[in-house]
Amino acid sequence: MVHALLILLMCQLLGEVSSRALGLPLPGPVLGLLLLLAGFAVFPKLVDLMRPLAQGILGHLSLLFVPAGVGVVGHLDALGGQGVGLFLALVGSTILAIAVGSLSFALVARLTGNTDD
Amino acid sequence: MTEFTEVWSYLSREPLLWLTATLLAYSIGDAAFRASGRKPWVNPVLISVVLLAGILWASGTRYATYFEGAKFVHFLLGPATVALALPLWETRHHVRRAALPILAALFAGSLTAVLSALAIAHSFGISGEVLISLAPKSATAPVALGISEQMGGSPTLTAVLVILTGIIGAIVATPLLNLLGVRDWRARGLAVGVAAHGIGTARAFQVHPVAGAFAGLGMGLNAVLTAFLAPAVLHLFQ
Repeated sequence: MVHALLILLMCQLLGEVSSRALGLPLPGPVLGLLLLLAGFAVFPKLVDLMRPLAQGILGHLSLLFVPAGVGVVGHLDALGGQGVGLFLALVGSTILAIAVGSLSFALVARLTGNTDD
Repeated sequence: MTEFTEVWSYLSREPLLWLTATLLAYSIGDAAFRASGRKPWVNPVLISVVLLAGILWASGTRYATYFEGAKFVHFLLGPATVALALPLWETRHHVRRAALPILAALFAGSLTAVLSALAIAHSFGISGEVLISLAPKSATAPVALGISEQMGGSPTLTAVLVILTGIIGAIVATPLLNLLGVRDWRARGLAVGVAAHGIGTARAFQVHPVAGAFAGLGMGLNAVLTAFLAPAVLHLFQ
């Protein structure tokens, strides 16, 4: 558990440092993700070491958004008269993006004969 | 009464109270979600946020004080992003075989998210800083804030719009995808990750592991793509 946590934090740390030092457009944690993927490819045994911790964190991913979510409430009144337009933009665009994205995937999968197992 | 004041002044100085409150509110939200038979509109993030906001308001606590405790939970967003490497690795055979559908869904979904959001907001007369702040709202929070700042938007407003997008996506995804008749877990997950980042990904993991892994992939890829797409599409509305 401690080793898994150490590896996770080291990947993030290396990601943050290289993202800032090299001025990359990718945020540190995403680079950390790529580093860990590379780690899995080089040392396949790492997967079993990381699994309990990673599954534990990802199993409660929703929890991690709560603190930022509470911050939203303080800003709701700041949206003022533009609230309705913004809300409709968020709802409309999210529905359209999910619909277009999933149908594009299904269409291209069918065209290329790439079906789910 | 003095005793209560003393206890309260201790609690309000320490992170313990708000860290505990955050976990408690989430437990209640998660229990409600399970009790409902995992209905998408009983969203644990939304329930916890409403509960905590009510408590903060009733106790006259500032968000900065709350965040002193909640930051320990917030911090884990970074390690959780790194941990997404595990489901990606375990579904790598799916991912490699589905490269073309993934790219198609990524470009179509990401472009639709930015373009339709700006078009709808624009039709309501929204412009300037607010419109800029809306452009990257489907990308994961740290990336969206960076993009917003770079283009001259307001990072705080972007944070609000990102979180709301995630909650909306988590609520509408299952009924919408059922209505559309999309049964492929890969298509469902990827589209939700592209449109509704980490909150959508969290929802996808609740539904199916393959959907979760593809949502994580969609979120990661869209973080990069939005950095290029958002400024280009925004140009059309200025």
